[in-house]
Amino acid sequence: MLQIRIHGRGGQGVVSAAEMLSVAAFEQGRHAQAFPSFGSERTGAPVVAFCRIDDREIRLREPILAPDVLIVQDPTLLHQVDVFQGLQPDGYVLINSKRSFDELGLADIATRFRHERLITVPASEIALKHLGRPLPNAVLLGGFAALSGLVSLDAVAHAIREKFSGKVAQGNVDAASEAFEVVKNEMAELAHAQTD
Amino acid sequence: MLKQTEGSHAVAEAVALCRPEVICAYPISPQTHIVEGLGELVKSGALTPCEFINVESEFAAMSVAIGASAAGARAYTATASQGLLFMAEAVFNASGLGLPIVMTVANRAIGAPINIWNDHSDSMSQRDCGWLQLFAENNQEALDLHIQAFKLAEELSMPVMVCMDGFILTHAYERIDMPTQAEVDAFLPPYEPRQVLDPAEPVSIGAMVGPEAFMEVRYLAHAKQNQALLRIPQIADEFARRFGRASGGLVRPYRCEDAETIVIALGSVIGTLKDTIDDLRAGGMKIGVLGIQSFRPFPLAAVRAALQGAKRVVVLEKSFCVGLGGIVSTDVRMALSGMQLHGYTVIAGLGGRAITKASLARTLTEAAADKLQPLTFMDLDWPLVNRQLEREARMRRSGPIAENLLRDVGTVASKVI
Repeated sequence: MLQIRIHGRGGQGVVSAAEMLSVAAFEQGRHAQAFPSFGSERTGAPVVAFCRIDDREIRLREPILAPDVLIVQDPTLLHQVDVFQGLQPDGYVLINSKRSFDELGLADIATRFRHERLITVPASEIALKHLGRPLPNAVLLGGFAALSGLVSLDAVAHAIREKFSGKVAQGNVDAASEAFEVVKNEMAELAHAQTD
Repeated sequence: MLKQTEGSHAVAEAVALCRPEVICAYPISPQTHIVEGLGELVKSGALTPCEFINVESEFAAMSVAIGASAAGARAYTATASQGLLFMAEAVFNASGLGLPIVMTVANRAIGAPINIWNDHSDSMSQRDCGWLQLFAENNQEALDLHIQAFKLAEELSMPVMVCMDGFILTHAYERIDMPTQAEVDAFLPPYEPRQVLDPAEPVSIGAMVGPEAFMEVRYLAHAKQNQALLRIPQIADEFARRFGRASGGLVRPYRCEDAETIVIALGSVIGTLKDTIDDLRAGGMKIGVLGIQSFRPFPLAAVRAALQGAKRVVVLEKSFCVGLGGIVSTDVRMALSGMQLHGYTVIAGLGGRAITKASLARTLTEAAADKLQPLTFMDLDWPLVNRQLEREARMRRSGPIAENLLRDVGTVASKVI
């Protein structure tokens, strides 16, 4: 079973991101479960949402304590919430930021995990370009598809179109596609750096 | 059709397939998405003929449902928590009058302290009101139970609550199989009332009944619940034949064959329990779980039969009878009369506290070794409790308990979960 935890702030579409990810996994014939952390929702407050993906019925209802994947929609959370809590040693991390892990002050953290699975992507900027609003949620799912290969970009696009319609859907699909490319390139660079 | 959707949305769609004619609702979290979904279906014309009535309170919601049902309409509403308490007087009236209303209770804790999270305190507070209470393990069962609930309610002319865990189910996206309108129509016949307010054939409904017949009216409500004990498994069987999946029924055992320890639970925690039990079984423990789908009527005989071979029973409940202990446990004890079994009550998940596999495994391992306290509060923060007890012993004006505890706990925003 693959367990994904998404951190963000109220208003950034954290819960929608987990829901869309579950729809993308379902679209690929898998079982998926998405649920929020059920706090009183307030704009700007830290919010967590969860998604599980498996090839059989998912019965477990506990919050995700040991995620395989972390998606961080707001890098300002890094110094407020211990987002890395419970992350599996071979886990994936995708952070919405223009800056690298080192620049974010996460160099120590990075040594504890597989560095080729730790990626930052400027999702807010990409969203601003395609949507006119810095909403990073769907964009990061495109990045996640590239980073992990665990869902396809097509399935993500399908999930976006199920959640949104018209221009908003198209803008999000375009933004997710750009994030997919950005992450693919970053990973190629990382792999290249490794061989050097 | 298979879909990946929110529990509330799935329930709204399933209720619409049952062709309710009157839906009245007052919004309260976590059931709001259900009636919002139904409101959209009525407004778009997808659900017709149906009148969606916005009311000014939960008391009004149930009162309107009573009026609609007495006029011969298939009536539906949904609520939770304080909303259910606020409608309590009308809830008793609906069952006392024998009106087959179906209501979703998106289970949530009751204040004070204010808490919007899940537990079973709300529907448990109404356990003696005469309504049938069915509990859903997952979203598939939640939507299936609504379809069965209308059939059961109308056959018996008694109201049915479908209880589904607030947030944990209502707000969860998961895979569900949505039946077609034709399938539901074939399963659920049009509502044929036993009593109806009809100007062409005038009757009154709601007479005052004195000592000469009150007990008999109450007994007849009990007799209907006894009939339900027979009909619930039959309806679940018919449902399984038509829809190709098992949903509902009285109780559902999982790995109870040869089990020395049987855990009894209601609702969505059964899923986490099944995963825990698979792990414990792999480690050699003889343990199983018995899910109770029908809490009212309480299936005494089925529970007793399921526990025949066991050495001990652990009732894990998201409800708490202050001053006694378990609520479900008390009913289970009734089923065990004369049987020599160790019995444990585990109170867990109150006010939305996460019920984790790790805590369940630890607690059940202690139970299997008969080292568990008869009444256990799983994952209770004892230092926090003791600090307040000491404070109260130390000074008269110890202040409000909830505020004191929050101050002791400190900021929760930095915690992930």
